[in-house]
Amino acid sequence: MNKLNTKIPDGPVAEKWTKHKNKIRLVNAANKTKLDIIVVGTGLAGASAASSLGELGYNVKAFCFQDSPRRAHSVAAQGGINAAKNYKNDGDSIDRLFYDIMKGGDFRAREAFVYRSAEVSNFVIDQLTAAGVPFAREYSGYLDNRSFGGVQVSRTFYAKGATGQQCLLGAYSGLIRQMSLGKVTLYSRRDMLDVVIIDGKARGIITRNLVTGEIERHSAHAVVLATGGYGTIYYLSTLAVGSNASAAWAAHKKGAFFSNPSFVQIHPTSLPQLNDYQAKLTLMSESLRNDGRIWVPKQKGEKRHPNEIPEEERDYYLERMYPAYGNLAPRDISSRAAKERCDAGYGVGKTGMSVYLDFKDSIAKKGKKVIESKYGNLFELYEKITGENPYEEPMRIYPAGHYTMGGLWVDYNLMTSIDGLYSIGESNFSDHGANRLGAGSLMQCGSDGYFVLPVTIGDYLADDIKTGKIPTNHAAFEEAEKHARDKIIKLLSVNGKQTVTSFHKRLGKIMWDYCGMVRNEEGLKKALKLLSELKEEFWKDVKVPGTMDELNQELEKAVKVADFFELARLMCQDALNRKESCGAHFRDESQTPNGEAQRIDEEYSYIATWEYTGEDKDHNLHKEPLEFECVKPKARSY
Amino acid sequence: MSNFLKASIGRKLLVGLSGLFLFSFILVHLTVNLFLLAGQESYNIATHFMTTNPVIQTIEPILAIGFILHIGISVWLTFWNQRARPEKFLKVDQSKSSTWPSRNMFVLGGLIFIFLVIHISNFWYKINFTEIGYIEHGGEMVKDAYTMVATSFSNWWYVVIYVAGAVFLGFHLNHGFQSAFQTIGVSNEIWRKRWTVLGNFLSVLIAAGFSIIALYFLLKTL
Amino acid sequence: MNLTLKIWRQKNAKAKGSFVTYKLEGASQEMSFLEMLDYLNTTLIKKGEDPVAFEHDCREGICGTCSLYINGRAHGQDSMSATCELRMSRYKDGDTIVIEPWRAKAFPVIKDLIVDRLAFEKILEAGGFISANAGAAPEANSIPVPREHADKAFDAASCIGCGACVSACKNASAQLFIASKVSQLALLPQGRAEAKSRARNMIAKADELGFGSCTNTGACEVECPKGISLAHIARLNREFLKATL
Repeated sequence: MNKLNTKIPDGPVAEKWTKHKNKIRLVNAANKTKLDIIVVGTGLAGASAASSLGELGYNVKAFCFQDSPRRAHSVAAQGGINAAKNYKNDGDSIDRLFYDIMKGGDFRAREAFVYRSAEVSNFVIDQLTAAGVPFAREYSGYLDNRSFGGVQVSRTFYAKGATGQQCLLGAYSGLIRQMSLGKVTLYSRRDMLDVVIIDGKARGIITRNLVTGEIERHSAHAVVLATGGYGTIYYLSTLAVGSNASAAWAAHKKGAFFSNPSFVQIHPTSLPQLNDYQAKLTLMSESLRNDGRIWVPKQKGEKRHPNEIPEEERDYYLERMYPAYGNLAPRDISSRAAKERCDAGYGVGKTGMSVYLDFKDSIAKKGKKVIESKYGNLFELYEKITGENPYEEPMRIYPAGHYTMGGLWVDYNLMTSIDGLYSIGESNFSDHGANRLGAGSLMQCGSDGYFVLPVTIGDYLADDIKTGKIPTNHAAFEEAEKHARDKIIKLLSVNGKQTVTSFHKRLGKIMWDYCGMVRNEEGLKKALKLLSELKEEFWKDVKVPGTMDELNQELEKAVKVADFFELARLMCQDALNRKESCGAHFRDESQTPNGEAQRIDEEYSYIATWEYTGEDKDHNLHKEPLEFECVKPKARSY
Repeated sequence: MSNFLKASIGRKLLVGLSGLFLFSFILVHLTVNLFLLAGQESYNIATHFMTTNPVIQTIEPILAIGFILHIGISVWLTFWNQRARPEKFLKVDQSKSSTWPSRNMFVLGGLIFIFLVIHISNFWYKINFTEIGYIEHGGEMVKDAYTMVATSFSNWWYVVIYVAGAVFLGFHLNHGFQSAFQTIGVSNEIWRKRWTVLGNFLSVLIAAGFSIIALYFLLKTL
Repeated sequence: MNLTLKIWRQKNAKAKGSFVTYKLEGASQEMSFLEMLDYLNTTLIKKGEDPVAFEHDCREGICGTCSLYINGRAHGQDSMSATCELRMSRYKDGDTIVIEPWRAKAFPVIKDLIVDRLAFEKILEAGGFISANAGAAPEANSIPVPREHADKAFDAASCIGCGACVSACKNASAQLFIASKVSQLALLPQGRAEAKSRARNMIAKADELGFGSCTNTGACEVECPKGISLAHIARLNREFLKATL
């Protein structure tokens, strides 16, 4: 258990970060130039970290699988980024933001981490603004805020519906600047295949050049993973098709512990699956719920057109079940309610797997113009995809996998259980507990990348100023490269009949059905069995065309899907272990009499941290108890 | 300044500026030509003024420089732009995204250039450097350019060439006018629309103006 | 629906490419365009042929990864949308679709329909940023920005870096791409300090990389998935004038 030292400093939660910063070791400017850092992933977390480290003087090597850092999936965040600026004078504060995140996460996050993110959030806004991010403004020229996702204050900074894109491009421009100054070297179109450990320390990575197919070695004094989440394990999700877990999983297999893997946020307002060819689900901004009313027919198997169903035969189930928040109930609650209604046979659409989101009343009350000005682009997008006009008839929506709260375990310095290996942004597990608040993801990424990691990494690197360049001919590199190559050769040599995607689809379906919005023991056990069968079939019958010495997109997919099988297993194991319901993790067996999530604090107030023990073996569980000094866990009521 | 001339935008700016300058010349030219419709005397006096006035005489070489710059840099830029896409698309459909003249400025310019050569040798050169008939207007002997023009336009084929030249010019200006303002940066969302409307109007006016004169003389011979 | 697809195939950057015609049966109007290509690839893999390489990622029109020149138009026939947003309901049974990679000297083909757009990065490296180190930023509200400017800056900044402007342009000019960045930062007070060198250097870099020059056809604006206005190019031209004269 000595590896699970969280290094959280003593003292009141509000003083911890300052105290920690004052105490940790630093590397002086001249010595920084002798140190190399690898940053894998160039989303908001990775790009801000790489540029900030470059600014400090470190030699940074940044890696991304895309052709450009600007395409990392932070780009798709729509709604906004939270900060406790209290520009609206509505009583917001760091403490309140901290509390909202803790509560939103259903009291399954570490206080010290959440507080730090909230504390640093204001600087993130300052930094992004200085970088030229065109956040929305009032007529006065000052920054505007909106309210978002079930909180009582307006603290969300936004740039129309493209906040993530703008924040990412802001961070990316900083990265570009460091590239132009020679402090950051970019390696794009690279998949990270393995992390290289020398004498217990992360000293480099193995990558595959996606254009030439070459397996490459890169060394550094520290490695930072900013590789995002693994929601694409469901195949259909709101994530970019290329998002994957492979880098984090490779680190996990080398000894980095993985925490709360089963905590996955399912977003309530995605377009439903339309057909079997579909490659991803399109997210419709949650803001639609401000004016749309969600309903299903009261009659099972209703066949009438929605406009022909009279008012009294409609079930506005969110308003019925959660009168206080109604259609604005938190994401996990709204998602589950939709699934419950559809599973009970009330769902609509060809597949019966969607619910109506109706703007009829808002249009009648506020006028079509107002609705158009707020959601015009979303309505157009909807019509483009479905061919239905949401001004005339209700939209159909259904939940989709969206964000993974689980991830690599990290200590207060954001270091994983492998020395010198860090994890930031969505790839770690640290800040959101069992459910993430809207507009919280960008906040954490910016905090980690700009202000936390660049400081804390010095504490570790202080020991390395005399180390000198890490040679890439060390046996550990040799071995890691061979391992990576062997896996690829194995994939190519199966030469079966089924495509990688067909396996991914089947894997996704298992996970969605049994380890999605609602889980239970029976289902999870069944999933484990199905997964192991499917994995076996995969390794016997997958067809990966082409060779490894060329641009081979099928091979890239195959590597990722192979890792997903292993991660899927761990997710199910984690979900099985946690017999309580909390946040996005809903266990059938643990609900209140009226069907709400029932936390069991006496037994499960801990972070489930898993240690890899070998392929197809059960992971070892390490329980890190959660300590609450400031907040008192209570039942979420919405 | 060297940055300016080295950059593609800088060179393009010179094309735009010289274009606007040439455009102002065209307007003057059309104005003078319209005197043809007012009769022999008016036109001949106007021509006399244009060929003898010292200010106009000074501007003429500048005009020539304008032509050379406009044509020279455009040709250079066109070849430069050709190099930017060595492998062409198999199927190109730009009909929805841009106007035909905007895509064919070089072709139009080339046609106008050919016309210009014919035109200069037929009129400008003749009026300035050859002996054409003189006529007395208000007690002064001036060259009878009017008769020369009238004679030329009595040839239907010359009218065809001339009208074609005017139409090419109209198309060229249709894009060129608003494009020049865009290039020199005197444009935004609103002004671009205004320049476009104005450009459409002026290009039609110029094409029609020059053509009508030629057709007027042709019709007169019938 | 049955389709005839004429697709550019090229093994790698050095190989010589050519068009290959595929008869695709059983596509559906419910597919997106890229799902139709996924489907084609599935059939190719099953037949033991090399699937068509094409780029995509977010599939919702924001990451800018997808490209494709479809039947003579960048990102296909729909305005204000990227290829990933194009639906097969726009096509009829029996249609022939020509699918080509972006073509420009500065965007060499890597494989099939994939091109290398690193040139955009190089242009940005020449000045597409504000030199604000982390930690040095003033309080965000200490610099008010008129809302009109902020909105215009946003419009410019909505560029997804896909390269459609270059493809749509008969001159393969990157002017709209450059303008989107120069204009965004020129509109914000934070970006004024470096405005001159930014405009000058980014233009010079684009010339050096082999992009063509702008002749204001306006095709880029029409084919841009984000509809970025030519007005930003006019602003770029002004900024360039200010910077060089």
